[in-house]
Amino acid sequence: MSGRQRKGRLGRALIYALLVVLALFALGPLVTLVFDALKTNAAIGANPLTPPTSPRLSNFATAWTQGDFSVTMRNSVIICLGTMLGVCLIAGLAAYALSQFDLPGENGVIAYLFLGTALPVQLFLVPLFFLWTKLHLTNNLLGLIIIFWATESPFATLLLRSYLLKIPKEFVEAARLDGASEVRSLFRVLLPLAWPGLMTIALISGLFAWNEFFFSITFIFQPGLRPIATSFLAFQDQNSTDWGLTSAAALFMVVPALLLFLGVQRRFVSGLTAGGLR
Amino acid sequence: MTGPPVGTATVEPQASTVADSAPPAVRRRRRVRPWLFLLPLILINLFVVIGPSIATVYYSMTNWTGIGSAKFIGFANYRRAFDDPNVRQALLHNLIWFALFLTVPMALGLFGAYLLSQIRRYQILFRTIFFIPYVTASVVNAAVWQNILNPTNGIGVALGHLGIPGIGHVSFFGSPSWALYAVNFVVDWHWWGFLAVIFLAAMQGIDPSLYEAARVDGAGRWRQFRHITIPGIQPTLVFLALMTIVWSLKVFDYIYIITNGGPGGASQVVSTLMYNEAFTQFNAGYAAAIGLSMSFFIVIVLIGYFYLRKRGSKI
Repeated sequence: MSGRQRKGRLGRALIYALLVVLALFALGPLVTLVFDALKTNAAIGANPLTPPTSPRLSNFATAWTQGDFSVTMRNSVIICLGTMLGVCLIAGLAAYALSQFDLPGENGVIAYLFLGTALPVQLFLVPLFFLWTKLHLTNNLLGLIIIFWATESPFATLLLRSYLLKIPKEFVEAARLDGASEVRSLFRVLLPLAWPGLMTIALISGLFAWNEFFFSITFIFQPGLRPIATSFLAFQDQNSTDWGLTSAAALFMVVPALLLFLGVQRRFVSGLTAGGLR
Repeated sequence: MTGPPVGTATVEPQASTVADSAPPAVRRRRRVRPWLFLLPLILINLFVVIGPSIATVYYSMTNWTGIGSAKFIGFANYRRAFDDPNVRQALLHNLIWFALFLTVPMALGLFGAYLLSQIRRYQILFRTIFFIPYVTASVVNAAVWQNILNPTNGIGVALGHLGIPGIGHVSFFGSPSWALYAVNFVVDWHWWGFLAVIFLAAMQGIDPSLYEAARVDGAGRWRQFRHITIPGIQPTLVFLALMTIVWSLKVFDYIYIITNGGPGGASQVVSTLMYNEAFTQFNAGYAAAIGLSMSFFIVIVLIGYFYLRKRGSKI
């Protein structure tokens, strides 16, 4: 074995060792959730960071009924799907216009979208709340979904636009010259090519809608309509926080998001990176 | 793996020549049609975000409490915000936040991406693991770290037992000297993996022959990183640095969940100050003035963004 090879192998081992350290840093804190969900409060009190000695599942059953997860999870699934579909449609149409046409004032639109993403929520929260109250859109899942459409679509459009810019215009031009209508060329030619980009914005907006809590606690206060984040927060608001139950509740919130992400992660990452963020 | 980033202008001479040769009615329709596709986005955004934000301009010049009627008081709220020590403190915290948020997760993300770029086996596995904290809800991440860093039996206590001085039984989120940094740490932890994935993709877009040439010239890992990798991903770095300014001004949810600006304003940033002024102090007019003053910085970033683009920066 030459010296150079040995050095290369040592370097490789070091790289993997460092990667494992980073992986533990990323995942370790979340693993304590799983540990604590399987422990009694006495065991958590003794040490919240170690694996359970006698794991038990009762926390999950208690947390499920106490948190009313059957209701809040259903609400969140509706909010999540509604947001994903709406954002894909709104941002899809807009990104199509911004990428496939020679649009005068394109820079103005992009500046507008950038501003739309950059404005802090607290700036428009109070007037929006009054508007929503007048329109009877508080305590209304659609009312919340519409807010998410508005806040998520600008960034989704910017991302999808960059993705669509990579698709050669000749494809759509050719379809148009063949006499295909605008709508047909959109659905038949562009949509299949844009699929990873669309999946990416669907996932980003879906994860946002699933994990969101601030708009949810502000605009929805009727128990039967609350989304999953409020179920989880309820466990923390109680004066004596029960960590076993809280951890189980956290897993109810984390696992669906994680499954959604793992299911499409290859496409997600490629869409994210081939798009606006490089 | 690389693509045109957000905001690259397109020039399509062929399309315009086609449009010019068409009869006027067709030409007009062609010009209107793309705007039809943009209409849903613009309308809904006007309705939910921009419209209420403009209403805020009016409220910022009133003494509105959030309910009932409002009296016009001109620029008094802005003058008050300018002199308010709480606003200054909050702005300073935003500045500290920005300095940390620009360096810590970026450095970790670059480091992680570089390590990932050096391997083939298990690359996807590690990439996925790094990304998971980004997928997890902020409310959950906040709770997890409150548990881990709790002063009675958290990791600080465990490390204290191992002989590391100064962190045993420290209430990281409850002490004025730690709170801001502790929350920032949680946000950095949740964010760096996202950056690592994006940097990795940018690195994979660099021409491999550049590295080969550097190796032939005898350049080591560090020099290759300095002189090939960093310049190669520069557009991504610049774009994310700009976005970091915006994100640092907007930062809200983790601070709101974990400390709500406390203890005693030690982790107060502009957005939490604004929220507390509007909803617990009932100074909605004043909160609006603070918020709009802050948007001024966002406009500056926006101008910077378009300035860099005009100068040919590919961002």
